[in-house]
Amino acid sequence: MQEIKNIQQPIKIAILAMGGEGGGVLADWIVDLGEHHGWYAQTTSVPGVAQRTGATIYYVELLPPAPAHEKRKPVLALMPMPGDVDVVLCSELMEAGRAVQRGLVTPDRTTLLTSTHRVYSIAEKAAMGDGRVDVDVLLKHAEKAAKRLVSFDMAQAAEETGSVISAVLFGALCGTGVVPFSREQFEQTIERGGVGVKPSLKAFARGCGEAMGQGAPKAEAAAEALPNPKSPAVAQLLDRVGKAFDEKSGRLVREGVRRLIDYQDIPYASLYLDRLESLQRRTGGMDPVLTGEVARHLALWMSYEDTIRVADLKTRGSRFDRVQGEVRAKQEQQVHINEFMHPRIEEICETLPSGLGRWLSKPHFIHRMIARMTTEGRVIRTSSLPGFMLLWTLSRWRAGRRTTLRYELENQRIERWFGKILALAHAHPALALEVARLQRLVKGYGDTHARGLGNYETLMGFLEKHETQIAPATLGELREAALASEDGQKLRFALQRMAFN
Amino acid sequence: MAERSFVEEVKKLRLGAGEVFSGEGILAVTKALLESGVSYVAGYQGAPISHLMDVLADAQDILSDHGIRFENSASEATAAATLAASVNYPLRGAVTFKATVGTNVASDALANLASGGVLGGALIIVGEDYGEGSSIMQERSHAFAMKSQMWLLDPRPNLPCIVQAVKDGFDLSEASSTPVMLQLRIRACHVHGQFVASDNKRASFTIKQALARPQRDVNRIVLPPASFMHEKEKIEQRWPAAVRFIKERQLNEFFSEHDDDVGLVVQGGSYNTLIRALNKLGLADVYGESKVPLYVMNVAYPLIDDEFERFCQGKRAILVLEEGQPNFVEQNVADILRRLQSPTVLHGKDLLPLAGEYNTATMLAGVKAFLQRYGKVEADPKERKVIPLQPVSAEASAELAANVHARPPGFCTGCPERPIFTAMKLVERELGPHHVTADIGCHLFSILPPFNIGATTMGYGLGAASAAAFNTPGAKRAISVMGDGGFWHNGLTSGIANAVFNRSDNLTIVVDNSYTSATGGQDILSSTALNPTRSTGHAIEKAVRGVGVEWVHRVQRTYDLKTMMATLREALTTKETGPKVLIAQSECMLNKQRREKPQVRKAVAAGERVVRERFGVDPDTCTGDHSCIRLSGCPSLTIKPNPDPLRTDPIAAVQDSCVGCGLCGEVSHAAVLCPSFYRAEIITNPTRMDKFRKRLSGLVIGWLQGRDARRREQLAF
Repeated sequence: MQEIKNIQQPIKIAILAMGGEGGGVLADWIVDLGEHHGWYAQTTSVPGVAQRTGATIYYVELLPPAPAHEKRKPVLALMPMPGDVDVVLCSELMEAGRAVQRGLVTPDRTTLLTSTHRVYSIAEKAAMGDGRVDVDVLLKHAEKAAKRLVSFDMAQAAEETGSVISAVLFGALCGTGVVPFSREQFEQTIERGGVGVKPSLKAFARGCGEAMGQGAPKAEAAAEALPNPKSPAVAQLLDRVGKAFDEKSGRLVREGVRRLIDYQDIPYASLYLDRLESLQRRTGGMDPVLTGEVARHLALWMSYEDTIRVADLKTRGSRFDRVQGEVRAKQEQQVHINEFMHPRIEEICETLPSGLGRWLSKPHFIHRMIARMTTEGRVIRTSSLPGFMLLWTLSRWRAGRRTTLRYELENQRIERWFGKILALAHAHPALALEVARLQRLVKGYGDTHARGLGNYETLMGFLEKHETQIAPATLGELREAALASEDGQKLRFALQRMAFN
Repeated sequence: MAERSFVEEVKKLRLGAGEVFSGEGILAVTKALLESGVSYVAGYQGAPISHLMDVLADAQDILSDHGIRFENSASEATAAATLAASVNYPLRGAVTFKATVGTNVASDALANLASGGVLGGALIIVGEDYGEGSSIMQERSHAFAMKSQMWLLDPRPNLPCIVQAVKDGFDLSEASSTPVMLQLRIRACHVHGQFVASDNKRASFTIKQALARPQRDVNRIVLPPASFMHEKEKIEQRWPAAVRFIKERQLNEFFSEHDDDVGLVVQGGSYNTLIRALNKLGLADVYGESKVPLYVMNVAYPLIDDEFERFCQGKRAILVLEEGQPNFVEQNVADILRRLQSPTVLHGKDLLPLAGEYNTATMLAGVKAFLQRYGKVEADPKERKVIPLQPVSAEASAELAANVHARPPGFCTGCPERPIFTAMKLVERELGPHHVTADIGCHLFSILPPFNIGATTMGYGLGAASAAAFNTPGAKRAISVMGDGGFWHNGLTSGIANAVFNRSDNLTIVVDNSYTSATGGQDILSSTALNPTRSTGHAIEKAVRGVGVEWVHRVQRTYDLKTMMATLREALTTKETGPKVLIAQSECMLNKQRREKPQVRKAVAAGERVVRERFGVDPDTCTGDHSCIRLSGCPSLTIKPNPDPLRTDPIAAVQDSCVGCGLCGEVSHAAVLCPSFYRAEIITNPTRMDKFRKRLSGLVIGWLQGRDARRREQLAF
């Protein structure tokens, strides 16, 4: 069978997008761009799914007019074929990964344009710890698979120009020069569309510029500012950090000091340093990784989230400003902030001085009465005077924090945990490191905190029982298992599997 | 009110002869119906033909200009039964529904319709695909065409061919007294293209005339002895008439028929894909000029024996490219060739996969294998002809696979159905898990993470029915979920009434969001919207009580998690016997936003006080556990890197797309999560009172905050 030589090919463009990202608009622009200049253009998609946050592919083919074939209509495909796509446009980075995975991006011909921002999948979002995928892997494969990769944060570009990602992508497509139309012709397409023309053109220009390599020069990463304490007491603490710790772990220790001064006061930060210095003495300062991790987790534990802390953070002026920015309120608009709080009897007891708190937590009449009053969550309007004063007054109780029941409980837990680390630090630093990391389980509030603490207690008990036979990696695995399922099933299975029960 | 408005596009339906229509495939079908002189159109929405229904709904003035009756049918069965109008009268009618799921529901009516036959042209437009766009991808309406002996058209996926197929369909139906199915693949429905329009046609015989002079013919009714006659008629008259018509009108196409001694047989719908595959083999150009003989069946059923005889003449072998299993076409061709004692070798599923969509790469592989076997292309094709698929190392692809997650569709931002499942999750913590049967509709997304609720889905409106067996004294109750769409489709009878009659003790949750949201937000009986052409506002509760349910509770704001949970708990634990029905009501957020946004814009422009609500998360109190996400799954509730230098787990964050539905706050209260959520009220055009209050509180708050900030500044470094 005689092969046909030099078959003319349409330009094949695949758009991978999620619902609401304007993939359809982008496809329509490309079709209009072609048709307006006498080209044949065909687009199709599988909508329906995309409208509800699912990922979908829009596919466009463009064919220049051929005088010799004026009467005949081209037969264009309705779906992309792996290895046979000229341009792939992705509105998000994982979608670019999907395009590569589906084989739509090939090094011999495909120009891949993708935004580098992430729209997290439900699996990434729902993880109990950090379930995010590796952005570098996605970029690496995109780079390897494509003939040419154009990638930048298009969500940011859209945000800054007050437009949408599709307009930025359309601009980037123009900038790559893979479709033989002029910038003017591209821009006229947007104008013909007639919706949001001005911001679209701005976003288009941004995309075009970025693709042509004319993006604004990246700002140099700001060098870490040297600490510049105003208070002599703070300076003294920092001095101690400089003396006892190396550069790398010292940075984390300084953050810890900063956190604990902010959380409580200078003596509390000093206690933090006392503890870390005792660890340094134990290891002889020879284990910067352990020191760094303990510094991090100890600071987090010592700044446990109690009602005083929450009230403090919620009432700060900087926080009010942040909310104003986050909700994008304009100057002439007013913003009110309503907090969702759920103080239960447990939190109330823990905020009281330990004796009183312990008394109240016993099941008597007053306990029951207060418990009944606190079964429901409350909404507190911090931006109003009564709401603000309530929380602000609570935040002042910081002065009495050391007397509270919660402080007593947490301090005992910290001592036990830290004591274990100290005991293991010299002889078994790898296990000490895993013990330090167990702190990660204890986080959150209310039920979440109780669940995490329960898991932590289980693992500590387990550690104390089997200390001589447990490998550090095993403890690490158990920690991950505890983080893997909310109902604790994964942890139970893991414990059973290891036959340690 | 449907999700998409076609008010602008509908103008294209008035184009006259010679004018060029440019637009989507499904709109072209609507135009073709008008050009064919239909008297009535009915259907049930569902992708991809939802748009056809929406176009018609927006085109009611044009329809009434032409005296066309348009019905939003209660179900596909209703739609198919509507075609009864063409049995006794020369009325042309078309009905439309989605895929085999619709054909399944309609099959009773279709069987009876096909048995008696039609006088006027009856067209069934089925939005059907094999593969990605299908809901049950391995099933085909083809089987229904075969069993009921209706003719099935599958035209080439370009606008002129699709439009022509509609017109041919009516003619074929009338020529053979048989209803005709037109299969439109999902990408063909949404394909953008052009065709030259004709004038719209008004039916010469009207519905009014039919009602004025009613006709009946007992021989058209499916009852012995007439039904015995129908069987004979089908074989002896209607089938031969159809075959004659198909041949005369040349509905099937031959390309490059005599160019070689092998040939390919393909259904019209797959033609473009085949041409692209041949193109990649260097055997066809982009205009469809093929080196390989092609027989394109725009009529997928019945097969035309003569045409196969003609195509196989002088051919050593043919390859049938047919998606799906069983391979109806291939079996039929084998039968034809065997009877003809044809020496032509038949290939099909021996060279192509039994299952899965025949995309370009699959076709390419199959056609290449076929052509290689007959020495038409080199056994080891030259380098440049190889599909440039890079063999990816297993390690690399595994690494990529680990970092690319599936992204199935889910509940929209602010969806009122999400809190129902949040409540179920939370009640489950108290009462333990229950057996849950799901239905079709948006609520089916509950089977996916983060909710993971629901064990089966048996069909539209069959949620309650599929829990029927789960009734045993003293056992935990089963829970069924059903949408308002499914409820009116058939759930009221098959589920609720059935549960009453059989003394079921189960709970059925009816999700009443005022629209058939999954198909694009069309109105139904219980919609609260005032629809100028439809009667709405018929409460589900009344219907449920009407069929005898005693325990009916209504939650009027699904976002009210506390009430939702309490009602669920009550339904699952009450001593009262008999079926329990919980109607969970809140308007579909997509539709609500579409409805309210323009009003808000107007109010803002008019200087009125407008309050917008949205949620936020304080990054310094969020500890990155993501319980909130596991109990909500809202697209606008996401994660972002932790700004805290001491923490590594990403924190929760609310995007600006938040519509302030309130679920985040309710969840953090009900599940005692964390104090990180705040609800911001953004007041546009604040009143004097607003400003006065703000100034007053601002004085005190600002002073205290300033003092604290200065203290912290003193200790900062």
